[in-house]
Amino acid sequence: MTPRNPSSVKPTSMPSIRTVGLTGILVTFGDQLSEATNNAALAFQEAVDRLKIDGVTETSTSLVSTFVQFDPTRLSRTALQGQLRELAGSRDWSVSKDAVARRLWKVKTSFGGEDGPQLDEVAQLVGLTPEAAINQVLETRVRVITIGFAPGQPYLGTLPRNWDFPRLPDLIPRVPAGSLVVALRQLVLFTNDTPTGWRQIGQTAFRNFEPNSASPFRLRAGDEMEFVRVGQDEMRRCLADPTRATAAELVDLS
Amino acid sequence: MIRSVTILRAGPALTIQDLGRPGWHAYGVSNGGAVDCMALHEGAALLGQTAGYAALEMHSFGGDFLIEGDCRIALTGAPMIAHLDGVTLAWNASHKVKHGQRLSIGAATSGVYGYLSVSGGFQTPEWLGSRSAHLAANIGGLLGAGDRLPVGDDPDEGAMSVFLRVPDRFSGGDIRVVATLHTSLFSTAEVERFTQTNFQRSLRSNRQGAALTFEGPPFTPEAGQSILSEPMISGDIQMTGDGYPFVLQSECQTAGGFARMAQVLPCDLPIVAQATPDKVLRFRFVTFEDADLAYQSYLTDLRNLRGQTRPLVRRVEDIRDLLSYQLISGAVTGWETDMPEDSK
Repeated sequence: MTPRNPSSVKPTSMPSIRTVGLTGILVTFGDQLSEATNNAALAFQEAVDRLKIDGVTETSTSLVSTFVQFDPTRLSRTALQGQLRELAGSRDWSVSKDAVARRLWKVKTSFGGEDGPQLDEVAQLVGLTPEAAINQVLETRVRVITIGFAPGQPYLGTLPRNWDFPRLPDLIPRVPAGSLVVALRQLVLFTNDTPTGWRQIGQTAFRNFEPNSASPFRLRAGDEMEFVRVGQDEMRRCLADPTRATAAELVDLS
Repeated sequence: MIRSVTILRAGPALTIQDLGRPGWHAYGVSNGGAVDCMALHEGAALLGQTAGYAALEMHSFGGDFLIEGDCRIALTGAPMIAHLDGVTLAWNASHKVKHGQRLSIGAATSGVYGYLSVSGGFQTPEWLGSRSAHLAANIGGLLGAGDRLPVGDDPDEGAMSVFLRVPDRFSGGDIRVVATLHTSLFSTAEVERFTQTNFQRSLRSNRQGAALTFEGPPFTPEAGQSILSEPMISGDIQMTGDGYPFVLQSECQTAGGFARMAQVLPCDLPIVAQATPDKVLRFRFVTFEDADLAYQSYLTDLRNLRGQTRPLVRRVEDIRDLLSYQLISGAVTGWETDMPEDSK
């Protein structure tokens, strides 16, 4: 047969509701990352969670979408799609106040040198001196747009428009855990040592993921983050402390 | 006595796996768990226990193991050559093991992932409700010689050894898929070619995904690969930047920006995982209605596995201490009629 999945066509009217294989539904609020689309995705996820729909197994968000996983033996796909469509149409999710951050992380960061080998290259791409580029990052309060790829790993955004450059075509063989990397107006703070196409501009001692802790994931989508500049020597001291107690400060905004 | 299994010699990729840890997708942790979860259900059915117990997943090759404390074991998944103190053991069967015996599991004779289950399960540390190693997330790791794995209490010590007739899932064949997020980004002709292409699972595959090779030009979406990153789950078939398919498996990343052609039904995913590179895989689209029915009947089959076990009787020539057996009582009668296929 020819596969025609009417619900998997490219989203034209927003929000769009599409199936992801047998057990997933994706509600998408825009075709480009913006604060409005990301707000909507986060607020809609909270609203779906509040409904406690029997048969929904888990929910999560991407940059512009809410992802709903379900058990098709307990909940019919059509019924769930209908319910999500009704909820999506019930209000304008992009202006939602639900997703306003309640927590701010101030993360110590050392920029450039061996802690940011691609800083000079990045400064050229954004049309600034390395110092001015660092200052632009320091002045921007970013938000956890989504968490993914590795445990607790945040995608942070968005940086000013001049930071809209692509990832590298070839992978850097290894950047260390805690490194601050950049592309596409977003920053990522790596959970593990990893090969990557993102350019490293700084190093933090922040751990996204503490497997032995009672709350192993430190960040939530919607959290805000600021970077506090420290020198390389201070960063070495932060990294040497096994508890990483001084790596970041958490401010409760609620 | 405290039961345990000590690894004396390890194959290339031994990990502890159960059914995984659902519920953490939003935090970047995919479900994980056994790549061939059907084998865990079979192991549990053979031991008369629920499927939640942790087992040992063995990629291509097992290893040598010292068993301490009497226990029962079950061997499932890709059939491997197995001996207990030199005596051949049937695959897809449970066996009683005495304290101090040595279990030797060699190379897979077909398929990729074999499983060693124990009565009471491996009681290695749990994390977020699961004992599964998740290599991609840096949770747990590969096991090696010297590792001692604690084993739980046997829920049914006196249970007899049994076997299961298991339909072949180690020879590739037709894989059922449904349309997914980006299917419509590919032209009808490309989708058609996808269903008419013979694929092979390459040796570059791992617990994250099965890399497929094929003859022909790469599969690329009509509008190119510039799509926003969206959530991914196991079964999704993503076309990487070079247009080669990757079937995501239990340890897949939680999001990705490559176009996805289709999604393999959960019940057919073990066939992809267990295909050696000499086997041919073909993808066939089914409707959501048919997919739901297939999934439902797969779950029913898993629930009914225990009722399908049959007593396992050892071959006379394998019984070293024949004279100690009570032949007259009839305990070993019927051994020719109900032998598992692969032990003949």
